[in-house]
Amino acid sequence: MTTVVEPQEAAERKAQSAPREGSIFEHSHPGRCGYQLPALDVPERPLDSILAKSLRRNSIEGELEVSEVGVVRHFTRLSKLNVSIDAGMYPLGSCTMKHNPRINEEIARTPGFAFSHPLQPDHQVQGNLELIWNLEQTLKEIFGLPRVTLQPVAGAHGELTGIMMVRKAQEKAGNARKYILIPDSAHGTNPASAAFAGYQIKELKSNSRGTVDPATLAEAVTDEVAALMVTVPNTLGVFESEIRKFADILHAKGAYLYCDGANLNAFVGIARPGDMGIDVMHTNLHKTFSTPHGGGGPGAGPVGVSKRLVPFLPAPTVERREDGSFYLEYDHPDSIGRMRAFNGNFGVLVRALTYMRSMGPEGLRRIAELAVLNANYIRARLKGSYYLPYDAPSLHEVVFSDKLQSAQEVHTLDVAKRLMDYGFHPPTIYFPLIVSGALMIEPTESEPKEELDSFCEAMLAIAREVKERPELVRTAPHTTPVRRLDEARAARNPILRWQK
Amino acid sequence: MSNLPETRTHRYIPNASEDVREMLEVIGVPSIDRLFDSIPAEVKLDRLLDVPGPWSEIESRRWFRALASRNATAVDHASFLGGGAYAHYQPACIDQLLLRGEFLTAYTPYQPEVSQGTLQSIFEYQTHQCLLTGLDVANASLYDGSTALCEAILLAERLVKGKKKVIVAKSIHPQYIETVRTYVQNLGIELVEVGWTADGRIDTAALRQACGGDVFAVAVQSPNFLGVIEDYEAIAAASGSITRIAVVAEATSLGIVAPPGEHGFDICVGEGQAWGVPTSFGGPYVGFMVVRDALKRYMPGRLVGETVDVDGRRAYVLTLATREQHIRRGKATSNICTNEALIALAANMYLSLMGKEGLREVAEQCLQKTNYLREKLRGIGSVKLPFSGPVYNEFVVRTPFPATEILGDLEHEKILGGIPLGRFYSGHDNEFLVAVTELNTREQMDHYAAALNAAISRERR
Amino acid sequence: MTPEDSKYAKSHEYVHVEGDIGTVGITDYAQKELGDVVFVELPQVGSQLEQNEELGSIESVKAVSELFAPISGEVVEVNEKLKDKPELVNTDPYGDGWMVRVKLSDATELDVLMGAEEYDEYVETESGH
Repeated sequence: MTTVVEPQEAAERKAQSAPREGSIFEHSHPGRCGYQLPALDVPERPLDSILAKSLRRNSIEGELEVSEVGVVRHFTRLSKLNVSIDAGMYPLGSCTMKHNPRINEEIARTPGFAFSHPLQPDHQVQGNLELIWNLEQTLKEIFGLPRVTLQPVAGAHGELTGIMMVRKAQEKAGNARKYILIPDSAHGTNPASAAFAGYQIKELKSNSRGTVDPATLAEAVTDEVAALMVTVPNTLGVFESEIRKFADILHAKGAYLYCDGANLNAFVGIARPGDMGIDVMHTNLHKTFSTPHGGGGPGAGPVGVSKRLVPFLPAPTVERREDGSFYLEYDHPDSIGRMRAFNGNFGVLVRALTYMRSMGPEGLRRIAELAVLNANYIRARLKGSYYLPYDAPSLHEVVFSDKLQSAQEVHTLDVAKRLMDYGFHPPTIYFPLIVSGALMIEPTESEPKEELDSFCEAMLAIAREVKERPELVRTAPHTTPVRRLDEARAARNPILRWQK
Repeated sequence: MSNLPETRTHRYIPNASEDVREMLEVIGVPSIDRLFDSIPAEVKLDRLLDVPGPWSEIESRRWFRALASRNATAVDHASFLGGGAYAHYQPACIDQLLLRGEFLTAYTPYQPEVSQGTLQSIFEYQTHQCLLTGLDVANASLYDGSTALCEAILLAERLVKGKKKVIVAKSIHPQYIETVRTYVQNLGIELVEVGWTADGRIDTAALRQACGGDVFAVAVQSPNFLGVIEDYEAIAAASGSITRIAVVAEATSLGIVAPPGEHGFDICVGEGQAWGVPTSFGGPYVGFMVVRDALKRYMPGRLVGETVDVDGRRAYVLTLATREQHIRRGKATSNICTNEALIALAANMYLSLMGKEGLREVAEQCLQKTNYLREKLRGIGSVKLPFSGPVYNEFVVRTPFPATEILGDLEHEKILGGIPLGRFYSGHDNEFLVAVTELNTREQMDHYAAALNAAISRERR
Repeated sequence: MTPEDSKYAKSHEYVHVEGDIGTVGITDYAQKELGDVVFVELPQVGSQLEQNEELGSIESVKAVSELFAPISGEVVEVNEKLKDKPELVNTDPYGDGWMVRVKLSDATELDVLMGAEEYDEYVETESGH
């Protein structure tokens, strides 16, 4: 795994065997076919009699003619150009790339779930409703909050849902207010979501620990502030130890405390947002609860709320009757409305609940314990070789910078690219924005010690290479299917679809 | 420390007590607990979570399968359910390929050198979307059809300053319209609904009248929620120079229905679920958006572009990223980050397998079979087909009796017979939507007609 | 070399005045800081600019910066070449990489801008080198 390949050798080897795959549009040959349908079993009527020619299209020019063999090989070959968590550690900070158990996949494919339809009446989908109800109960317990909506289908979608609820509650109280406070270390979706809920953003400066000072917050909270959006632990992996004070400061002024729960993996089962005074939070089922990232989605972003915000939850909610049956309740007059057609990403919900049941109470806590242990192990091993801009104790992830490497004119991007030659997906880079040249490493609890050791040894080897052979790092990667790309060219004259 | 026995770990968490001991030594702390010192004691949980588990796979299978068996679904019923979620054929190889860990367990292709598989697939997916809709630029996916419509309306609003009204056809999926209302409620955008006429199509006279100077866009769905195919040209003619948005909630219709991009529409958004994605109680699905070239820099979501690497080899990369939240933050074109990449991959596989011929054949079969059942039901006394316009794979049926009762009767015959319209439109309690796809056999349809006939007779008694 | 015959704003735009027409672009220092320029968004001919107000934006692959008008006036010409060749901002910021030409409405506004030498000193303190 950690064989270091010399650039010259790598170039030669690549020339011989580099995996490549042409576009599917280059695999098309007239007359080939990748499907078969049963013959039409009803009398065929002349097309013109059922759909006028003016409303029809001609054949779809440019569409494919490829056999099933061709399609299977194409996608199999494409898959080989990816790295993935199945193949090894994928320490992308803030993304919680943990093992994706296959039992989750199997359960989600149970025909009774997979072929159920979103508009069936409640009595036909009791199994689904019971599942959703159970997931809500479990998330309520994990969050320490009285209700959770499962409608949002991504973290950012959850953020928008949560902030809209805050807005509706503020409106109801007589003033929607103008501003959402967001620390400068926040993920970009926070300000974007707040803007789409009609708010202006005021940025809060982090202190020398990388956290928010209660004094800074107190000064910023006015009668026009609707809420603070804070990530716990923050994007440096540092827990906001003053979180209870934040809640007091905000609540005293009639504002809300929003928690971006993307980093729940750091404290699931250890502490509960509801006990911290948090009013509303989302979490990402595709992070802490192991549903696969799928190359960018699908996900789910359930939102938990405190009692004061319950009336504003998106409708419908799933409720249980005395007799143990379940139903969708639409009657929520103060609801913000519907965030999406149908019932959220149900298939993702099935996977997440399967995972929660696989873990159980001890297992859920063990996630946080081992994720934090793994991150701190990396921190201990790399400290000194990489600069730690914020020395505060960190939980599930650790953020280094390229300060020590910059003297050799080697930067974070170069270190990240060189890691690929050692067989690892790079960490998140250049984020959070408060760290210049950030390298944000999140190993998760999935990694065994020997994988962490390999990773650390690769990072240490790169640190040495930076001193001894900086050019090798600056020109990395050398062993990947393609090398560094001309991203400026892609953006200057965008080619966004296949053309002959 | 957790209550797990020291010597046993969880199957998903490899490090055992020996590893833990060694690691703690390197870190220089005596116990894992100490790593959590930054969390104040008063917010720490002093007990374990009160949740079920841990379950073995055996126990999970038992419990979840029992739940699934409590659903009455297309597995053991003949299903005629549509309304924005359609049962179509999915070739077997798609799901097998989706389960490849290289696709399933990778994330957003931020690092292109090790993500070419995902990137190239998205590029191909974007190409299919352009070919199907007759427009120029498609993004990498949005959450679903309803939120794609929201994004399209917000995009259109950015194009012109100061106009705040958007016209939406009342025949757009009612839950899409509800979602739009939620999205725009704090942005000062006003929705103006335009109804339908006797053929089930948008009232173009009313549309023409509604298109005042303060309107920035019009959105219509085709086939619309009533199943009727709209006349794009007539809508274009009635709506002047404002931005036109076509919503396609039944994506297989693009195999035969004229593409909106060639008939005066600027943006096409829709739901890609019909491309063989299981109905799965409403998700995960895949929203798509395709626009004219001039609008590409206003688009939400990720875009993949072609470029070259330092050796001049063709390669793909996320591009025009300055539109997005991670760069433009509060001024981004959307807050979307995680999208529906894996479902877009499934759609790409579906479109590649079906190809030019298959997409046409699926669409023709839907069209033929739907008209077969429609004519069959027309022949039943007291059944009315309230809308005369052409349909693709769905149509409205009216009987003299409440739809829920009729559909209850059909359920006894193991038929999921349709979706009552009364839950969406007041005064339509006796109407329901019936959907037919290539999966429905003639035998099922004949049974449906007989069962409906019997149900009506029974209600009459 | 920072051209002597132009004036500079703290937000790193220059204006080169001939008669009552000012040619506006960004400085060499600014283009280097941005990296590869991939897109420039400019106002339409005929629009009115106010000194220090936003005039457009400039994008590199992974950043976007606002452009500010160094002087007030009416836009009489925009550099159409930047549409297809935004890289001109990198290769020739003071020449072919210019952005807009403005008909000055108040020449006294030039007095608040920096000269070349002053700008160079400003850049040195700002960048901390």
